[in-house]
Amino acid sequence: MLEKALTGSRRYWGWIFFLLAVIGVGFIFYLRQFAYGLGITGMSRDVSWGLYIGQFTFLVGVAASAVMLVIPYYLHDFKKFGKIVILGEFLAVAAVVMCMLFIMADMGQPMRVMNLVLHPSPKSIMFWDAIVLNGYLLLNIVIGWNTLEADRKEVPPPTWLKPLIYLSIPWAISIHTVTAFLYAGLPGRPFWLSAIMAARFLASAFAAGPALLIILALIVRKLTKFDPGKEPIQALGKIVTYAIIASTFFLGLEVFTAFYSKIPGHMASFQYLYAGLDGVGKLVPMMWLSTILAVVAIILLVNPNTRKNESILAFACVAAFISLWIDKGLGLIVGGFVPNPFERVTEYWPTLPETVITIGVWAIGLLVLTVLYKVAISIREAQIESGSNTH
Amino acid sequence: MSISRRDFLKLAGISSLGIGFSATDLLWKNRAEAVEYMSSPKGLTAKRWAMVVDLRKFKTEEDYKRVIDACHYIHNVPDFGNLKDEVKWIWTDTFEHVFPFQKNEYLPEGVQEKKAVLFCNHCDNPPCVRVCPTQATFKRKDGIVAQDYHRCIGCRFCMAACPFGSRSFNWRDPRPFIKRLYPKFPTRTKGVVEKCNFCVERLAKGLGPKCVEVSNGGLIFGDLSDPESEVRKILSKHYSLRRKAELGTRPSVFYIIGGDEDA
Ligand code: SF4
Ligand code: SF4
Ligand code: SF4
Repeated sequence: MLEKALTGSRRYWGWIFFLLAVIGVGFIFYLRQFAYGLGITGMSRDVSWGLYIGQFTFLVGVAASAVMLVIPYYLHDFKKFGKIVILGEFLAVAAVVMCMLFIMADMGQPMRVMNLVLHPSPKSIMFWDAIVLNGYLLLNIVIGWNTLEADRKEVPPPTWLKPLIYLSIPWAISIHTVTAFLYAGLPGRPFWLSAIMAARFLASAFAAGPALLIILALIVRKLTKFDPGKEPIQALGKIVTYAIIASTFFLGLEVFTAFYSKIPGHMASFQYLYAGLDGVGKLVPMMWLSTILAVVAIILLVNPNTRKNESILAFACVAAFISLWIDKGLGLIVGGFVPNPFERVTEYWPTLPETVITIGVWAIGLLVLTVLYKVAISIREAQIESGSNTH
Repeated sequence: MSISRRDFLKLAGISSLGIGFSATDLLWKNRAEAVEYMSSPKGLTAKRWAMVVDLRKFKTEEDYKRVIDACHYIHNVPDFGNLKDEVKWIWTDTFEHVFPFQKNEYLPEGVQEKKAVLFCNHCDNPPCVRVCPTQATFKRKDGIVAQDYHRCIGCRFCMAACPFGSRSFNWRDPRPFIKRLYPKFPTRTKGVVEKCNFCVERLAKGLGPKCVEVSNGGLIFGDLSDPESEVRKILSKHYSLRRKAELGTRPSVFYIIGGDEDA
C-alpha cells in the first residue's frame, strides 16, 4: 500500500520536499549539538529539561488522544467515526515517532540508548514509559495498517485485530498516565508533586489531540476528494469542548491548592509562570496568552451556534491547540524547575539551534503523518471513484 | 565490539593528552564501577558512611575555598566560568537557601547569612537512584550513592529528582575546562551527570574524603552505624539539621549550625 505515497500531485511533492528541507536544516543543527553537547541549548544546571522534553510530554498526549475516536467507534459502535478513526490512529503513530525523536534529541549520550534495554531498572518510571510508548507505537501501526488493508480489499478487518484494538484503549490511557508519573512522583518539585497530574495530562491531551484532528480533517477535506464528514467533526468538537473545560478546571484545582494553603514552595512556580518572581518572568506573556486562548476557545466551543460553524470551530481548535501547547510544551516543564531547590530563579529560554532542531522533529512528524494520510486517503479516493461504500 | 572500540578511542584520547597513566589507573578508568565495588584489604569500610558539617569551624572565606578547591582539583571538576554550563561537587550557599524550610527572621544574628558547604547528601532513600533508568546511579552497601559515568545516558531524570540540586550535567566537553589535570582520577565526557562521590576512590585506598582532610575539623566523616564513631559522638552532643528532612530522603549529611551554647 505504501506505493500510494509515491504518486501524487505537484502540490503533494512540493510539501514533501519542503518538509525534507526543514528536516535537513534541523539535522544539520542536530549534528552540531551532537558534536558540541547539549550546552548548545538554553538548558542549565537549574533548568535541566526544556523544550525537547516539553514537546515529548505534549505529543504523548496527542498520541493518546486517538483513543477518543477508538472508544466511541469500537466500544459504543458510533459508526460516524468509521471514516476518520484511521486518521486518529495514524496521527498517534506520527506523534509517538516525534516523542521518541525528542527523547533522543534530549539525551546527553544518544549512542548509549541501548543501556535502557541492557541495564533496565523497573523502579524507574522512564523504564515503563519506554515500554508503553513502544508498545503503543506498535499497536497503532498494526491496527491502522490492517484496518486500512481490509478496507482497501473491502473485507471486514481480521478478527485477531479486535483484541488488539480493545487493548489499545487502556494502553493509550497508560502512555499518558505513565508520562505524568515521570513528574508527579518527584520529591522536592512541588509544582509537579500533585496527585491530579495524570488527570490533568489526560484532560489536556483529549482537548489538544482532537483539536488537531479537526484541523487535519478540515485540511484533508479542502485538499482531497475525501470528506471526513460534518458529523464526526462536530462530534470531535464536543470532545474538545468537554476536555478543555476539564483541563482548565483541573488547573484551577492546582491553583486553589497552592494559594489557599499558602505553602510558599507550592505557590512559587505559579508565581513565576504567571506573575514573575524575583523580578524576572520570561514566560509570563506566554502563560497569559495560553490562558486567554483557552478562555476564547471555551467560549466559542461551548456555544453550539459558534461550534457548529466550521470556520469558527477551526479557529477555536487552533486557539485550544496553541493554548495547550504553551501550557504543556513549555510552562509545565520549566515551571517545575523554577525556582530551583535553593529558591533561586534561573530562567530558561530555548536557543536558536534548540528551536531549529525542535522544528526539524516536528517536520519529521508531519512527514510521517503526510505519508500515512496519503495512503489512507488514496484508498478512500479510489473507493469514492469506484463508487463503492466506505464502511 | 563497539564497546571495546569506544574504550579504545577513549584511551587514545587520554594518551593524546600526553599524560602518563599507570596500568591500574587505566583499568580503573574503564571500569569505574567495578573498582567502586572492590574492597581492598586496606580500604575503609562502614555500614553507612555519613558526614557532619560543623559550621562553627568555617570562619573565613578561605575555610570554604580550601575544601572546595581540594575536592574539585582531585576530581577534575571543570570550571567553565559561567553559570549555564556550571559543574560543581561541593559549593556554598547561605543558611536561608540551604534550609528553605527553616526560614526564621528571629534567628541569632548572622545565622541567616551564614554560609554552609553543600554536596550530595548520599541519601538513605535516594530519589536519584530510584528514577535512574539504567542504574548508572546506584546506592552501595555502605550508603554511598555512586555513579557510573560510562553507563549514564544523560537523560537528567536524576537532576529533576534530586531535591537538593546536588547533581551537575556536562553540557559540553569538560576536559578543556579542567584548570589543572589530576591524572589519578578519570575525567568525564560531555553528556553525563556527575556529583560528589564521598571520595570512594580514596576510601578504597584507606584514605578519608579529601574535603575532610583539609577542613581543619569543619567536616567529620565516619560510620553512622558505629556508636563509637566520631560522627556519632559529635551528633550526640550537638543539635544538628539535615536538609529538607521532611521529604523523607534521609540525608547522610548533618549540619551543626550554632555555637557551643546551642548544643
Ligand atoms: S542528595 Fe540528591 S544526588 Fe545525592 S543521594 Fe540525595 S537525591 Fe541523590
Ligand atoms: S542522567 Fe545518567 S545518572 Fe541521571 S538518571 Fe539519567 S542515566 Fe541515570
Ligand atoms: S566527599 Fe570527596 S567528593 Fe564529596 S565533596 Fe568531599 S572531597 Fe568532594
